[in-house]
Amino acid sequence: MNLTRIRLVSLVALVCAFIPALVHGQGLISKQSFGEKNEIILKFSAEVNKAQAANVSNYSVIEEQDPDIRLELASAVPNYSGDGVTLHFKQPLNTAKTHVVTVSNLSGDVKTVVKVSKPYLGYLFSILISALLINNFVFTKYLGLCVFFGTSKRKTTAKGMGVVFTLVMVASAMMSWFFFNFILIPYNLNFLEIVVFIGLVSLTVQAVDTILRKVNPILFNSFGVYLVLVIANCVIIAVPLMMANNKFNLFETFMLALGAGGGFLLALYLMSSVSERMQFAKIPPTFKGLPIAFIVAGQFAMAFLGFSGLQIF
Amino acid sequence: MANDKSSMQLVANGILKENPIFRLALSMCPAVGISTTVMNGFMLGVAVLFVQVCSSLTISMVKKVIHPRIRIPTYTLTIATWVTVIDMVLAAYMPEAYAKMGIFVKLIVAFAIITMRLEMFACKEPVGASFWDGLGMGLGFMIGMMTIGLVRELLGSGAILGYDVLGFKPLLFFILPSAGFFVVGLMMAFFNYIELYYKRKKGFKS
Repeated sequence: MNLTRIRLVSLVALVCAFIPALVHGQGLISKQSFGEKNEIILKFSAEVNKAQAANVSNYSVIEEQDPDIRLELASAVPNYSGDGVTLHFKQPLNTAKTHVVTVSNLSGDVKTVVKVSKPYLGYLFSILISALLINNFVFTKYLGLCVFFGTSKRKTTAKGMGVVFTLVMVASAMMSWFFFNFILIPYNLNFLEIVVFIGLVSLTVQAVDTILRKVNPILFNSFGVYLVLVIANCVIIAVPLMMANNKFNLFETFMLALGAGGGFLLALYLMSSVSERMQFAKIPPTFKGLPIAFIVAGQFAMAFLGFSGLQIF
Repeated sequence: MANDKSSMQLVANGILKENPIFRLALSMCPAVGISTTVMNGFMLGVAVLFVQVCSSLTISMVKKVIHPRIRIPTYTLTIATWVTVIDMVLAAYMPEAYAKMGIFVKLIVAFAIITMRLEMFACKEPVGASFWDGLGMGLGFMIGMMTIGLVRELLGSGAILGYDVLGFKPLLFFILPSAGFFVVGLMMAFFNYIELYYKRKKGFKS
């Protein structure tokens, strides 16, 4: 009974958190969205004068963060039925940011203000994809290479290690977010972020060490010395630092940590599949060991460059 | 053990015999990540040198007070403190270079080489020896970074330290991020080759 109520309350809270992203259109404009790279599409609730709708000076568009800079419009093209308009801009828009469109003179003297932003869930998803593929932590950011080359010898170890990494990253990023937003920022202690974050990461790793020893001793033994090395690993400490740099909120931090961990798991798995095969290959003696691993990783990195054009939302 | 070694030997050990990048293969992330020019390598090298020497000194001074069971957290906190210092100094006095290095200055805190040196050397040896060992390791790291930077800058943009040397751009590929893996891999193979060559020579003689 109690549990159902808690679930209901949390569901309502979640919906409320996303409502501002959904309910933007009111009054004259019923729907607004980003079109191509330099377009904003507006839909009107009533028919408007086409000549007025095509007048560029009726619109003013700014980014929500910098209200001083008016974005320059190239043209405004009303659609055939006269209940919509497409705004073309001279420069491509930064669609990750919220844009504010002010429309005047279309229905009397009333000014209508609408905010154009991408769907928030889509934005969260794009953070995940970006951390997972486009900015893969191993192949395009070069973080965590010591553990990456150390544990990518066998597939089973690689998989377990990747999962443990993801768990540690998510847990430590969440804790870092709470510490950063409720202790460091209010008391103006930003300069302590490195000390606090590394402390939290070590704490999480110690906890995982203790739990894993009891819950799954076989996996624990297969990790050996590398579990301790997790502390001295840049992948994990990089997530809270990026969170602090970009001032992410809780959901965004969660997605970043999940994407970073998933990306690390993916990289470890790919690399371990290759190195299992390399054991049977004839490698020149000078290239044995690390050098050939580096060359393989370089080829993976080149392949991952292909993801840089990926944009889903 | 190392008391009989002179200070110069300790420094040379860090630069040649136990070079952090090419011999110990530790701290590979910055070696691949931001070694696109000699200057970048030099700046990060200086930062690492500073952190390594200072934390080596600190740990070796207080080693008698630290309980062995909490030694790793103590190392981590010491390094984090010194990294914060160099981070703030660089951000204040060299904002351009700091912006180029991005997140890597803060990530010095997680470099395995520093923790390893504290565990292996500074917690056992006297202050003076620790200083020279830290200096050698830091210099070794700096020289390694600068060598990789030299190769990449020369082949990628035909310049050294920003001055145009070749007059043309041989292979733009080396400026691209993924080339870092190839350059480091090939250089390691090169050093392996030299080692094998000398071993074979010795083998024939004896």
